[in-house]
Amino acid sequence: TLRLICTTTAVQKRNAGASGPEKYTEAFIKKQIEEFNLGKRHLANMMGEDPETFTQEDIDRAIAYLFPSGLFDKQARPLMKHPNEVFPEQRKIQWGEDGRPFHFLFYTGKQSYYSLMHETYEKFLHVQKHQDQLTAEDLPLQKEKRNLAGSRWLTKIELEEMLLEKVSDDDYSRFIQLLQKLVALPCADIEEKFIQKFSKEVPVQLQKVVIEPLQHDERGVAFSTGEGKRKTARATAVVYDNGTGKITVNGIDILHYFPVLQDREQLLFPFQFLGRIGKHDMVCTVSGGGRSAQAGAIRLASAKALRSFVTEKEVEFMRQAGLLTVDPRVKERKKPGQEGPRRKFTWKKR
Amino acid sequence: DDKLLTEPLSHPDFFSVKELFTLKDLFDARVHLGHKKGCRHRFMEPYIFGCRLDQDIIDLDQTMQHLQLALNFTAHVAYRGGIILFVSRRRQFCHLVESTARACGEYAHTRYWQGGLLTNAHIQFGPGVRLPDLLIFLSTLNNVFEPHVAIRDAAKMNIPTVGVVDTNCNPCLITYPIPGNDDSPAAVELYCKLFRMTIIRAKDKRRQSEAIQELQ
Repeated sequence: TLRLICTTTAVQKRNAGASGPEKYTEAFIKKQIEEFNLGKRHLANMMGEDPETFTQEDIDRAIAYLFPSGLFDKQARPLMKHPNEVFPEQRKIQWGEDGRPFHFLFYTGKQSYYSLMHETYEKFLHVQKHQDQLTAEDLPLQKEKRNLAGSRWLTKIELEEMLLEKVSDDDYSRFIQLLQKLVALPCADIEEKFIQKFSKEVPVQLQKVVIEPLQHDERGVAFSTGEGKRKTARATAVVYDNGTGKITVNGIDILHYFPVLQDREQLLFPFQFLGRIGKHDMVCTVSGGGRSAQAGAIRLASAKALRSFVTEKEVEFMRQAGLLTVDPRVKERKKPGQEGPRRKFTWKKR
Repeated sequence: DDKLLTEPLSHPDFFSVKELFTLKDLFDARVHLGHKKGCRHRFMEPYIFGCRLDQDIIDLDQTMQHLQLALNFTAHVAYRGGIILFVSRRRQFCHLVESTARACGEYAHTRYWQGGLLTNAHIQFGPGVRLPDLLIFLSTLNNVFEPHVAIRDAAKMNIPTVGVVDTNCNPCLITYPIPGNDDSPAAVELYCKLFRMTIIRAKDKRRQSEAIQELQ
């Protein structure tokens, strides 16, 4: 090797990041675990607690008490956790004393990924053989529909974590295609356990909106409540049955509260849509926002209250008409260097 | 220990490899069928028996001799505890080759061959890797009908190779070529069976010899 004479030390120092993440030896991690356990007992003694029953939460509380830190980032504060959580999981040496690697696909480079593909293909062949046996005996093939909507396949990152090695996009898509082919076979129920390792339950996203039943007040009149909002206005509406079409806002009649025709039209729109103009009474409370925002808030609140009086089909019609959706538009903030949210300062050529 | 290693070398057929196959087996497994005349490689002409209706027929006598040499060599390598790597880039037989390798306790590579696997091994795998001592090719061509990169790499790294060469393959750099069909499933299954039996036989013989030596 050449000895660099007339150069700076910066050239001689190797690029620190090029060697990849630090490789921790097993002996090092063992020592860290011993030190951690010893430190845990010392900490328990210091806090005056029993060293045997000192849990991780107690450790966190003790550290937060002994080393108070005002740092914003929680991960920058003093930390005392078990070394297995601190040091990432790593691949140990892949070959034995005589030099022979342990895994039979070691020389491919991506041993865990290819062994997974090999296993999946084996399951595929097994299912096909089973299918052939059933068709030979003229037995019907099982056809229980798997719940496809509630499950998703593992993401690429999750697969990388599982295999402890990098997986490229192509490899990942190939693996998913193979899994889909396996699942598509009629007798795939045999390998259900294997498939479940790679599928995850998707939590039901659409919460079924529960339409509350009608309540009855002292006189026996059915009523229901609804809440709505628009911009900064918040409104609650109580819609009574067997009414004459009277609407009261904050104790004031709508003709006096909303002098503008447009606002009153907004209030009446849900009733007009369902054809129940003269049949319901309404009492609302509203605060915040401006004239138009309050009208929109009450409209949403009354539409939500009316769901209890009406069939499911009409609720679907209301939803498609946009009566039940919260209007997401709010005032956009002003940005620095501009006059308003979008308007820039006047540009002068000179 | 020295006697263990030198004793098999004095016999021409220490592992009685000739008993594993007959000419009839090769014929039944359709090993003699080659590709069409247009696909013929110039260096395969010595191994071809003749041409029938434009299809090349491989000379099974020569195949017998080459196969016996190759199996004998693999048996010796396995007896001395060498690492054997099965290579094949045929998608049809990928699973079969991998299962054969697993059954033998040896290694397989039937996937995309990364460039520096043999030549750049110390950087790709880590310092102190042991490279394979024998490469067995169930098919010397890759998916684009070109010679597999591993043949050239093994020649560079002084690793002996055993390979099944078909009529469109180049047998030049392979140490123990076996002229024969590499496309039919029957032929490939026969090869896998033969290699598996030789390797297992060699390993068993080694264990027996070690046990006998320990008793003495």
